[in-house]
Amino acid sequence: MVAVLLVIWQITASVGQLGAVPTPVEVARALLAIFASGAVWEPLGTTLAGWAISLVLAVVVGIVVGFPLGTSRLAYRLSVFTLDFLRTIPALVLVPLVVLLYGSGLESTILLAFLGAVWAVIMQTIYGARDVDPTALQTFMSFRVRRWDTVKFLLVPTALPYIATGVRLAAAICVLVTISAQVVIPAGGLGEQILTAQLGGAVPSMYAYIFLCGALGVGANAAFGKLEGRALAWHPSHRKVSA
Amino acid sequence: MSSPFARLIVPALLPIVLILAWWYTSEGGSSIFFPPLSQIQERFQELWLFALVPEHVVPSLQSILWGLWISIVLGVGLGVLLGLNGYVATAVNPVLQFLRYLPAVALLPLAIQLIGIGQEMRVTIIVLGALWPILLNTIDGVRGISPGLIDVARSNRLRNFDWIFRVVIPSASPQIFAGIRASLAVSVILMFASELLGASRGIGYFILEAQRQFSLPEMWSGMILLGIIGYALNVVLMAIEYFALAWHRKARI
Repeated sequence: MVAVLLVIWQITASVGQLGAVPTPVEVARALLAIFASGAVWEPLGTTLAGWAISLVLAVVVGIVVGFPLGTSRLAYRLSVFTLDFLRTIPALVLVPLVVLLYGSGLESTILLAFLGAVWAVIMQTIYGARDVDPTALQTFMSFRVRRWDTVKFLLVPTALPYIATGVRLAAAICVLVTISAQVVIPAGGLGEQILTAQLGGAVPSMYAYIFLCGALGVGANAAFGKLEGRALAWHPSHRKVSA
Repeated sequence: MSSPFARLIVPALLPIVLILAWWYTSEGGSSIFFPPLSQIQERFQELWLFALVPEHVVPSLQSILWGLWISIVLGVGLGVLLGLNGYVATAVNPVLQFLRYLPAVALLPLAIQLIGIGQEMRVTIIVLGALWPILLNTIDGVRGISPGLIDVARSNRLRNFDWIFRVVIPSASPQIFAGIRASLAVSVILMFASELLGASRGIGYFILEAQRQFSLPEMWSGMILLGIIGYALNVVLMAIEYFALAWHRKARI
């Protein structure tokens, strides 16, 4: 089906029916060219670095903030409205402010992607920590299990599947926000390359960079989906039915 | 703790404390990037109640609503078609997944190049981003219809029209609404991003102009306005969902 669509695209574009849209062959050639000339590595590196750092920050901060909020009813109730409000604000809204504060470098995209993704991790951690089986918790309490062991053997295993989902979501959001911020600021990386290619009239290489961005998004999601499956192989929701 | 009074007060406590903290710490602050909240609030009243609303808020809202509406119509229409033809849906799935994870903002330069920088470009880019969550959720919803329901409809020889509008779409609607909610968030982001790159009106344009002229209180007032609009749109959508899916909740009890 992909092949069929590509052929249709090739035919309509080469007939000239799509206006200024290049044919897929031209795009593929441009893609090869940016790899062959090595022009792709530096922006790709910038994008990946921004993505990785913001993701790690979002996951660490999200878990550290989320756990206490999930385990205490009062803290949860105090913060639920605030969290709901803050996470509907798109991170890109802060672009003008962040640019004034930190300029158009890597810090800005990291900060924006972090602010976009941290909510997903916080919310998932809260859900996970709240999902603890009350009977199991009471059993742990009546056996006077040490506090640390309760965390290690009850809280963490319960919350882990939720957190894993949060991390996968955050990975996707970080790709999205990093690239978006690079386009609108513009702040280096693949995002800026798309914009430069458009402004310079290099239409096929613009499509090539857009394609790379999409591949990055799909790749990040697939990789984290796999990782989630492997790390949680013991969990009922991931076990293969073997009956 | 669970009296209705406490239920309202406790969640409201933290926002109030945060706003008060912001108010007092910014009052004597010397940083030009964080102007006093009192000043922002003053500017907010001057600008957004309601002097600049027709010039900047209306075009932004129009872009969002048009984009979202087109996405819903296209997404549900195509989603039903693809969902009912499982083979085709499987065949185009890789393409859809790719388009879904492609950051729509990355398509902005492309849209500007093809369409120029008018309202149509902004609506187009919103559709390009907001279509996929609705489309994919509709496909999932349609394919998840219980086989029993399909058999009953078949044996009663339901007309195609009734089959689609009275059985297929309502059964898929909980998932369709989940998709619309995701799409709304995407639309707000794309509205803002497209106005940053190419517009002469709209909230995004206003914020960018204020930033360029270093009018920080104006910029903050615009950002706060956008936050409020985003949240309000979300609340409106949840209310619509609540009423539209009332039958669904009842059916599950």
